[in-house]
Amino acid sequence: MKVIKIDKSEFNAGLEKLENAYRLFGPVKEQSYYAFKALDAGEKPDLEYTNTRLSAKSLLYPQSEVLFEYSLDKSDADYAILKEPEKDYSPRAVIGIRPCDADAFAVVRRNFETPEYQDTYWLKNYDATTLVGLACDNPVPTCFCTSAGSGPFNEANLDVLLVDTGDAYLARVLTEKGEKLADSAGWTKPADQSEEDVSKRRSEAESKIKSRVNTENLKDQALTSLYDADAAIWEKEAFSCINCGTCTYACPTCWCFDVQDENYGKSGVRIRNWDSCMYPLFSVHASGHNPRGQKLARIRQRFMHKLKYYVDKYDKGIQCTGCGRCVRMCPVNIDIRRVCNQMNSYDPESCSCAVTS
Amino acid sequence: MTTYSDKIKEISKRLLKEGKVDLVIGFRKGSVPLMNQPMFAKNEGDVDSFVWDSNCGINLANYVTDRSEKIGIVAKGCDSRNLVVHIIENKIKRDQLHIIGVPCKAMVDRHKIAAMMPGEIESIEENEADGTLTVTGSGFSETLNKAGVLQENCALCMHRNPVLYDELIAEEVTEQNPEEVDQYAAVREVENMAPEEKWAYFDSLFSECIRCYACRNACPLCYCPTCFVDESKPQWVGKSVDPADVRTFHFLRAYHCAGRCTDCGACVRSCPVGINVRALTKKLEKDCLENFDWKSGLTLDKRPPLDTFRPDDPEEFIK
Amino acid sequence: MQNPYKPYPVRIDNITVETEDKSLKTFKFVFLNPEDEKKFAYRAGQFAELSIAGLGEIPIGIASSPTEKGFVKFTVFKTGKVTSYLHAMKEGDIMGIRGPLGNSYPWDLLEGKNVVIIGGGFAFTTLRSSIVSMLQPENRSKFKDIHVIYGARSPGMLLYKDELTAWAERDDINMHITVDGTDDPDWKYHKGFVPAITEQEAPPAGTDTYAIICGPPIMIKFTQPVLDKLGYRHDQIIMSLENRMKCGVGICGHCNIGKELVCKDGPVFTLEQLNKTPKEY
Repeated sequence: MKVIKIDKSEFNAGLEKLENAYRLFGPVKEQSYYAFKALDAGEKPDLEYTNTRLSAKSLLYPQSEVLFEYSLDKSDADYAILKEPEKDYSPRAVIGIRPCDADAFAVVRRNFETPEYQDTYWLKNYDATTLVGLACDNPVPTCFCTSAGSGPFNEANLDVLLVDTGDAYLARVLTEKGEKLADSAGWTKPADQSEEDVSKRRSEAESKIKSRVNTENLKDQALTSLYDADAAIWEKEAFSCINCGTCTYACPTCWCFDVQDENYGKSGVRIRNWDSCMYPLFSVHASGHNPRGQKLARIRQRFMHKLKYYVDKYDKGIQCTGCGRCVRMCPVNIDIRRVCNQMNSYDPESCSCAVTS
Repeated sequence: MTTYSDKIKEISKRLLKEGKVDLVIGFRKGSVPLMNQPMFAKNEGDVDSFVWDSNCGINLANYVTDRSEKIGIVAKGCDSRNLVVHIIENKIKRDQLHIIGVPCKAMVDRHKIAAMMPGEIESIEENEADGTLTVTGSGFSETLNKAGVLQENCALCMHRNPVLYDELIAEEVTEQNPEEVDQYAAVREVENMAPEEKWAYFDSLFSECIRCYACRNACPLCYCPTCFVDESKPQWVGKSVDPADVRTFHFLRAYHCAGRCTDCGACVRSCPVGINVRALTKKLEKDCLENFDWKSGLTLDKRPPLDTFRPDDPEEFIK
Repeated sequence: MQNPYKPYPVRIDNITVETEDKSLKTFKFVFLNPEDEKKFAYRAGQFAELSIAGLGEIPIGIASSPTEKGFVKFTVFKTGKVTSYLHAMKEGDIMGIRGPLGNSYPWDLLEGKNVVIIGGGFAFTTLRSSIVSMLQPENRSKFKDIHVIYGARSPGMLLYKDELTAWAERDDINMHITVDGTDDPDWKYHKGFVPAITEQEAPPAGTDTYAIICGPPIMIKFTQPVLDKLGYRHDQIIMSLENRMKCGVGICGHCNIGKELVCKDGPVFTLEQLNKTPKEY
């Protein structure tokens, strides 16, 4: 692995060179929060940010995305035939993504790329993207990445990791894609003896993360006993839940979508929109029957999916990278850390039912 | 607020012990600053988690609809007004409720405080005696006057004391002087805009909406079994984040709340992206006041103006 | 990389009204591009998404048999937005189908076995596909006894009446057709609900006897205890599920029951498998 030193004074010049070969995306401050945006020519990402309000998932998987176009004009030769629209899959680079959000792409990829079927839209976006991560020096109290399979300096799913050393970035070039980007930017100056510096910064950052989830027992817990833990877990959490989609939409690893046809006069598009298992509509049959008709069943689905079904299905940890967005944004303070720890320590043998006299 | 919390616990325990209610609905301390979590207590042990402070902005009236038990409910002024609306609209029976009234000292604006701080907030200390909040985070600690960081609806509130209750946890607080609070300054500002200015204003108002429906779902008024945005036969509204569909959702939802909204602010508080949903509902509140001399949720004896019909209605079109 | 959401264009070749109340119609589709038919190689028990531009998609079991060439058939109950529109479409109209999807009945396992097919109402479509396929001369010898118990509310609500009659005449399949009730004096089959007829007519359990059940939830609810009573093991009871679906390829997340996705890991499961999953269907 190459490590390059980029003086901050030269960083922007490198980005300008990148503009010729890549479409650039990065965190930008909007009013009081940050969001990932396609950067205009000359526009620079603001790397002083903590993290974006919504996750980076929309970079590869927009909230609403056209899958097909069609004509509803019977006189057209291709009437009613679905056609893929032209899309821009030219190289793009995301500058300054946090490791937790990059790790989320690896989680989501397990869903979008399977041996049998490949989600061409997500994968083409993913293949076109070079991820330049920014190590996290100042995690916030709701961060718990280190116990969720990620970490403030995690390199696993990045092409380059930038480590801020004050007046310079150490760029750890991790993949071929990363090398290509570093070359395009003209970032070539080798960094000497950086390893010790980076590992010191990494330990410092990790030690700032005080909050955690315990996940070691999740795999061994019986699926049906967790599912049936109404009194111990689900009733209390379900009570406060208002069944909005905030947690699922803020989450970098929630991947569910709905498909809709939208017509405009004599043409239309088949689009997919993020969907949420919190909504009753998510699971209702055409007959009106709803297998998850109760709020309790829906909130249980979300946590069971992330912390049990996913764990059992892939054996790759939990479907969460510990970014903490759902904890910060839930309007009624449902906290995945609490739920995860309850699931992890749940003992169906000990009666946790409320005793009423 | 310790006295408030203690009093809520004491009353709740008594109600449960005497069997007057099957459960009590209140708040427990949140796991993050500026947030408390709605909870129910069915036994005395659970009651010990109850808390009251300036972060109880969620409207608990939202949690009683269509329940069959006898319910004790902790209710501040606006919650009690929404209970009145629920009773009028047959969403709960008066005799099912034991309302534990909380004379409200106003809630703080979580979005506003978060935006004022240079970093992520780690803890908040509330000092009731001098009306301040000390907000601490990594590398900062700031003391704020609570009065300066209230939820806007709380700053404008004229009904901090519950209007309907079975018992109060403390003496009533002094209500604000209507002469000194300009309820509708923000509404007038929009009313006075030129059409293109208005268009731009609403454009930007909803530009960040992600259609999570937290505003709708936190609202006690939004109890429809199937909301019009979720109808599929016919489908009234598209489901993408197309601006026309997003606006349709917000405008229609606001109209459904006209004459019923108590300006509790739960919608704004819940919005994960900080949209001022009240910009719409406050305008409709003003219209209801001016056209019908109506304020919602103050009496069980009158129905809201938009769900009644009078044979002697002065308007011709309705006959 | 093939786009898994893109339907094959098809033309409606023929429409048959199946039931007296006209709520069920069978649509016979021909692929516009003949090479698509080869790609659409399926097994009995699989389903497809029927796609109508401007309306959306619906998952429907394939009613034709893999042994029937040159077309695919689906029998569709008129219930929602897309199916209502489909029922109003005409022969010659263009639409799309996407598939085949799902896992099919376990044909490798069923070879050399006695097969008991239990169906009710309009959930007989993939069972028709199975029966037609098994009765082909080149396939029939692969199975031992075949029993079919099929019930509907009334004679006029039975699907595929001509075929049912023809099968009843054969001696290489045991047909037990039943209706809840009828005034027809010429009715020559059973009267009674599927569970009762199952108890009466189904062969006894044995290590090489497997039951396939497909029907409305109420039928399944009362038939399963009958099979238990007859001694069928839960790994010998095979069921086909429905759930709300969107993508049909295991990606959109709508149809899960526990960690299984009905569209991709199913729709066919053994009762033994279902006993280990939440009953969210």
